[in-house]
Amino acid sequence: MLKVDGVSTHIGKIKILHEIYFQVEKGQIVSIIGANGAGKSTLLNTLAGLYRPTSGTITLENDVISGYPANKVVEKGLSLVPEGRQIFSNLTVKENLLLGMFSKYYKEKKLAEENLTKILDMFPSLKKHLKNLGGNLSGGEQQMLAIGRGLMSNPKIILLDEPSMGLAPKIVYEILDTLMIIKEDLGTMVILVEQNVKAALKVCDQAYVIDQGRIIINGTRDEISSNPQVISAYLGIKSAGA
Amino acid sequence: MELLMQYIVTGLTVGSIYALLAIGFVTVYNITGILNFAQGEFAMIGALTCITFVNAGLPMYASIIFAILISATIGLIVERTAILHARNTSVIILIIITIGVSTFLKGMGLIIWGTNPKQLTPLIKMEPIHFMGAVINPQSIFIFIVLLILLAVLYVFFEKTYIGSALRACEKNPRAAKLMGINPSTMSALAFTLAAALGAIAGILITPITDATYEMGFLIGVKGFVGMVIGGMHSIPGAVAGALLVGLLETFSGGFISTFYSDAITFLVLILVLFFKPNGIFARASGERV
Ligand SMILES: Nc1ncnc2c1ncn2[C@@H]1O[C@H](COP(=O)(O)OP(=O)(O)OP(=O)(O)O)[C@@H](O)[C@H]1O
Ligand SMILES: [Mg+2]
Repeated sequence: MLKVDGVSTHIGKIKILHEIYFQVEKGQIVSIIGANGAGKSTLLNTLAGLYRPTSGTITLENDVISGYPANKVVEKGLSLVPEGRQIFSNLTVKENLLLGMFSKYYKEKKLAEENLTKILDMFPSLKKHLKNLGGNLSGGEQQMLAIGRGLMSNPKIILLDEPSMGLAPKIVYEILDTLMIIKEDLGTMVILVEQNVKAALKVCDQAYVIDQGRIIINGTRDEISSNPQVISAYLGIKSAGA
Repeated sequence: MELLMQYIVTGLTVGSIYALLAIGFVTVYNITGILNFAQGEFAMIGALTCITFVNAGLPMYASIIFAILISATIGLIVERTAILHARNTSVIILIIITIGVSTFLKGMGLIIWGTNPKQLTPLIKMEPIHFMGAVINPQSIFIFIVLLILLAVLYVFFEKTYIGSALRACEKNPRAAKLMGINPSTMSALAFTLAAALGAIAGILITPITDATYEMGFLIGVKGFVGMVIGGMHSIPGAVAGALLVGLLETFSGGFISTFYSDAITFLVLILVLFFKPNGIFARASGERV
């Protein structure tokens, strides 16, 4: 279980996140939805240790992970697939994937091979590109690479920041299917940040709506899907592209 | 013709020395964003430490290895003390710190080894070779071969090993590298250590030709830096090519104009490059998908 307990984040002197409370239970996909600039990425980056929260604690299965730098947080079992994919364009697909388990690589070389096989089974289209540079892949393949790389460390929870960004609907649904596999087959918890609310509500168990750095609505998928405020603000005109 | 050949040989020899420094510069710069102006001092430390061991009766090969190891350790210590604790300040401050470190190391060199130039017998004792009218010092050939071997080793290290891929990831996208579990501070330590070792090798290689003094590091370091800038500041091959060019430029301008002006001419070229081709003279348009 991931527990976020009163977390606030400042960037410079500006308070971006205001006492955020939420949790992800084992076996759940939790969606965080909100408009541009609502603080979604700031929240994920804080969970991943890229920002240090100015108040509150983050606990992952009884282990406090807040206050650690990002390179330690991933060792503790939280993996972030950042906004814009951020794959290493100068590295091959294989190198990208293997770096995903940096902290374990030297200790568990066999696991590296196993995980590589597992990820390639999950994303077969990456197989033929193993020796290609990450920068040469299509947008959809890059997103799969970014997710695969995030899974290489066998995280307890994986955070995805707008994986659908700039992708064709068909690819978006492929990625959503993968999230179900991650949840069901790997048993990994998932936090999915999306502007494509319709898509997010297809796969999540719980959803939180964030606005100006505060969680304003939360509930199960069905509750959120039928919430009038959500319908008018996020599922109305905006869902046209989904 | 003979002169031309002689200048080429000499130019490539000093250029190879600058190249080793330039590789250190570019590696540290790519990984940490810092221009390490203490880089040249490691040539001094390497050379003088090696001479000290040789004079104490150690065999040449052992002296060289110890000198490289000691220089690398000092490089690591510099990174862990002067750089690490200032890591969150601006890059400009970090660069100024490296200038301070440079002055400090030079001062230590002066205290330990004094002002007298010191000599080192060449590793390979051979008569000079006559080739197309030029007289080639066997040490020059040795320097060139060492450079080629090191380039091959570095290529394998950066391109074919796992830790090398982590270093390249850190160069490209330090934030994403951090998300992989790569500690940028470890990579920074690695870069400084590697650069110090390369500097030491350069110092040890040049000493049989020019002798070593406590202040030898400055000019070598600056020339290595110029080589890196001319080569575009982003790749080892670029830095090496730039440094070889600096070596050639220096000997040719020294030979055809005046040795008195050869340094000035080198810097003139640096300024021209910065002005007209700020990405280095080997820069080419590179397409990249985002
Ligand atoms: N580095 C920064 N410096 C200053 N302000 C920042 C910085 N990063 C984010 N912000 C501010 O924090 C707020 C939240 O930004 P954040 O990127 O978390 O939004 P988001 O919900 O992810 O938006 P989007 O959907 O566009 O990705 C915004 O007002 C943004 O301007
Ligand atoms: Mg965002």
